[in-house]
Amino acid sequence: MTHYPIEAQLHWIVLAPLLGFALIGLAGARLGRGAVSLLGPAAPGVAFVYALDALQALRGAPEATVLAEPLWSWLDLGALSVSVGLRVDALAATLALVVTGVGFLIHVYSVGYMGHEPDGSYARYFAFLNLFTFAMLVLVLADNLVVFFVGWEGVGLCSYLLIGFWYRDLANSDAGRKAFVVNRVGDLAFVLGMFVAWRAFGTLDFARLNQEAHDDGGLATLCTLLFFIGATGKSAQLPLHVWLPDAMAGPTPVSALIHAATMVTAGVYMIGRLGGLYAVAPATLAVVAWVGCLTALYAGWVALAQRDIKKVLAWSTISQLGTMFVAMGVGAYASGLFHLVTHAFFKATLFLGAGAVIHGLAGEQDLGRMGGLARRMPVTALCTLLGALALAGVPPLSGFFSKDAILFAVGVSSVPGRSALCLLAWSAAALTGLYVARMMTLAFLGAPRSAAAAHAHEPRGTMAFALLVLAALAAAGGALGLPEAVAHGADRLGAFLAPGWAGAGHGPAAGAGGHAGLLEAERALMLRSGLLGVSVLAVGVLACTAWGGALEALFEADPGLAALRRAALGRFYVDEVYGAAVVRPLVAGSRLLWRVVDVGLVDAVVNGLARLVGLAAVALRPLQGGLLRGYAALLAAATVLLVVWAARGWFR
Amino acid sequence: MMSDHLLSLVTFLPLAAALGVALVERRAEGAIRGLSLLASVATFVLSLGLWAGFDPAAGFQFLEDAEWIAPLGARYHVGVDGLSLVLVLLTTLLSPLALAASWRSVGRAVKEFHVALLVLETAMLGVFVARDLLLFYVFWEAMLIPMYLLIGVWGGPGRFYAALKFFVYTLAGSVCMLVGIVYLYVAKGSVGFDLGQLASGAALGPSEERWLYWAFALAFMVKVPLFPFHTWLPDAHVEAPTAGSVLLAGVLLKMGAYGFLRLALPLFPTAFWCFAPLVAALAIVGVIYGALMALAQEDLKRLIAYSSVSHLGFVMLGIASGDPLAASGGVYQMLNHGVSTGALFLLVGVLYERRHTRLLGDFGGLAAGMPRLATAFLLIALSSIGLPGLNGFAGEFLVLLGTFQVRPLWAATAGLGVVLGAVYMLRCYQRVFHGEVVHEENRGLADLDARELACLAPLGLLTVVMGLFPGRFLAVLDPTVRALVEGGGP
Repeated sequence: MTHYPIEAQLHWIVLAPLLGFALIGLAGARLGRGAVSLLGPAAPGVAFVYALDALQALRGAPEATVLAEPLWSWLDLGALSVSVGLRVDALAATLALVVTGVGFLIHVYSVGYMGHEPDGSYARYFAFLNLFTFAMLVLVLADNLVVFFVGWEGVGLCSYLLIGFWYRDLANSDAGRKAFVVNRVGDLAFVLGMFVAWRAFGTLDFARLNQEAHDDGGLATLCTLLFFIGATGKSAQLPLHVWLPDAMAGPTPVSALIHAATMVTAGVYMIGRLGGLYAVAPATLAVVAWVGCLTALYAGWVALAQRDIKKVLAWSTISQLGTMFVAMGVGAYASGLFHLVTHAFFKATLFLGAGAVIHGLAGEQDLGRMGGLARRMPVTALCTLLGALALAGVPPLSGFFSKDAILFAVGVSSVPGRSALCLLAWSAAALTGLYVARMMTLAFLGAPRSAAAAHAHEPRGTMAFALLVLAALAAAGGALGLPEAVAHGADRLGAFLAPGWAGAGHGPAAGAGGHAGLLEAERALMLRSGLLGVSVLAVGVLACTAWGGALEALFEADPGLAALRRAALGRFYVDEVYGAAVVRPLVAGSRLLWRVVDVGLVDAVVNGLARLVGLAAVALRPLQGGLLRGYAALLAAATVLLVVWAARGWFR
Repeated sequence: MMSDHLLSLVTFLPLAAALGVALVERRAEGAIRGLSLLASVATFVLSLGLWAGFDPAAGFQFLEDAEWIAPLGARYHVGVDGLSLVLVLLTTLLSPLALAASWRSVGRAVKEFHVALLVLETAMLGVFVARDLLLFYVFWEAMLIPMYLLIGVWGGPGRFYAALKFFVYTLAGSVCMLVGIVYLYVAKGSVGFDLGQLASGAALGPSEERWLYWAFALAFMVKVPLFPFHTWLPDAHVEAPTAGSVLLAGVLLKMGAYGFLRLALPLFPTAFWCFAPLVAALAIVGVIYGALMALAQEDLKRLIAYSSVSHLGFVMLGIASGDPLAASGGVYQMLNHGVSTGALFLLVGVLYERRHTRLLGDFGGLAAGMPRLATAFLLIALSSIGLPGLNGFAGEFLVLLGTFQVRPLWAATAGLGVVLGAVYMLRCYQRVFHGEVVHEENRGLADLDARELACLAPLGLLTVVMGLFPGRFLAVLDPTVRALVEGGGP
């Protein structure tokens, strides 16, 4: 086996952000604002450089090479042996670059965005953001499920800490708690999945799970399903999606990094990481595709009705993650990952653009109080527009190619209910164009609808820099994975990733791209999806401008439509159902149980017994002086008596 | 040679110090505190020698065996195996921390307080090292009295009720055990009280074994505490002073599970496994029920006490599941609970010293003014709810993984406790540290000082070290626990 010098350096990818966290966290404000502003972004920056090194090594190495650095033995109990180790293959390298690259830009952006924070809180912010980067990289570079789970829950913790960053407002703290607890529900399923995997395959290592996977007795199906339930928590899919919209309570750069570009995609990455195992569980894959598709559609509807610019983006994220799961579910792993990467670019752009708007409008997030911002903030408007067009799937921006690849993969897949899935996936894609058009129109076109909007100002310095770079990536990122139909060998990302899943036996997206008939079909589909993107966007803009009055009248005239709009604004009342069915019964039930069982039943019995003892004590008052000495003497005497009685056999 | 008697030295050094303290002038409080702390730190350092010289592959070590009560055949027989050793270390670590935490908070009857605490330390250590059943029982009972005093004399306003409840519960259990010991001694004939020989001696009749098992098991169930024998715990904790709570949660709550493993399992193996499903069921109920109770509490100490019921449920589930991995995980969880719950009570003590209240509603918004306390509390809370990478996760993971292999549904049900743990712990954290400061008294509270940090640092460090390197600790205890569960050991 060839050794690569970078293998001994992999730990620096995770260690750099950990050191950043430790330094900033321990020294805090004493470091000084300048030092924090340098150290904070430097941590993911250093990690990015090392990740690039790993990428270079992989590109020069034979296909499906894995760079590995074993670290230490977590525990070794004979039957169960778990070691801590890092592993970088094409998939992990891709994710690591997204996490550190986009992460670096968002750290840089934060220097400006969080500039108003007091010193202590500024340092705390960067410490947490570095800690998040560390946990996310542990997740990405893990070589087995246990280490992966450390990262998996670690990012959840950082999410909790950063959602509730402004903890003085209890609503933010509540949102953080909700995120953590909902994720824990998914994590329980994930842990159970690990137990099933260990029972079925005797290992928790990714490499062995993927190689030795088989579905005897449905155990692979069971454990992949349990893992996927975990993913519905982390990646906010139905029915555990409820935390992500609330997570927008965190600072906007956090929303961009954690709740759009990286952490929430961990579920998609997990399926890619376990691609071989999922490939032997087609039933699970069908569930993945269908849950993803329904989530994409549902979240698209809800996004259409939101008034808060960040909420629109949050629901859009849920919807796009659903689209990624559709790709994973039909076996088009590479396409799913491609969309993950482009989504990281364009959604981060959109969030940073929204952040610039919020920053420029002194905290205003209500689309109804914006308007006309294109004139006051042309750079922000242009960058956000690039992100928006990419999201809507307008060629030739990045999102167009990745979404197109997914729609194509669904069309040629063998997933159960393919025609219906196809139709729904196309509908979800169309909805995207509508809500994007609505959001952009309300924010940037027309006349300002508030004083803040009339006096908005452009972001400067670090914020503008990060926004521009990300917008460029959102625009051009599609070049990573142009379809084979455009040029042979154009799908560089796919060619880089696919060998990792060789033998996993999934759909045509990985290798069969060269087939002439398929190429023709893909060209036709590109034309259609491109047209769809543009036309829906146009319809959307018109609906919000020229036809706006007529539409409004229509909604007010028809009670059914009005109710639909209210339901969409109210997230179709899923949160209310959880509140009524789980949260309130749990809280009320635990209080009741305490009063009735603990105090009412068990304690009553004990107190009754104690009273009996008390009565006996009254009867034996002469023996009792009320001093502890007395009790102790009694106890000792009784003990001696019993011992003597016990020893009688010896005396005989 | 010192090393020949190292174990006795570790066990009795605190008692010797207690005698020394008793001779010190009552008003010389500084000397009393200093001497006590010095002795318990020295005990800890000496116990590290046990750790260093221990060979995990070699069964009982540091054995000492001498005539004690010759007519009864009771001997002074002590030694440690992997199970005992880790608990001895937990005890010697927590005792000085409990003493240091009481440096300022105990101002009444200082001399008696320190004597009680030091006597308690020797008694706890004695329970873990005894290889003779009568010796075990003497230490077991000796443990009760100082703890009863700690609650009843230095406790809060409801201390009389709490101390009486503690006493009634545990005495009821102890009496059962004593009867069982006596019967066993007679039934086994002339083997005396030696634990090894009692386990291997003449076989008991099936119904005899079952009765005896229950005589011991009841005492241990109260001590764990298993549902429904747990209601003494919240009261005892609420009223106990900080040092009492730390040792009660950190060490005394390990006695029940230790008793099951050390006595009930090897002495009555058939009965133990016959009733193990019942014990496991009670443990699972405890996991869920304790967590639900914690969710309903307004008093911080009561909340943590109920969380202990939940955590000890995991311990007992691991032991009763029959899977060696789960059992080792259960024992590891005993250590984790000692570390994290011990630290939690230290933290609540810090809050109580400043505000003289433990009600969640009296706090709120403390994170802004006390960032160090908020950070420490968060770390310990996360360790307590089993965040991967910290110690609690390793234990819970092994318990559930092992249990899942033999009883998947048990593991899945108990797993709900992990979700509920996050619910009650984050609720508690939010109520204390988040939000605006609503009570004026909470403004300008001093953050952790150097002494408090020094008390917490070892435990905080352990939550990380035991989370990242559980293998180091499990290597010591796993051979013993595995042998016990698989029926090969004494």
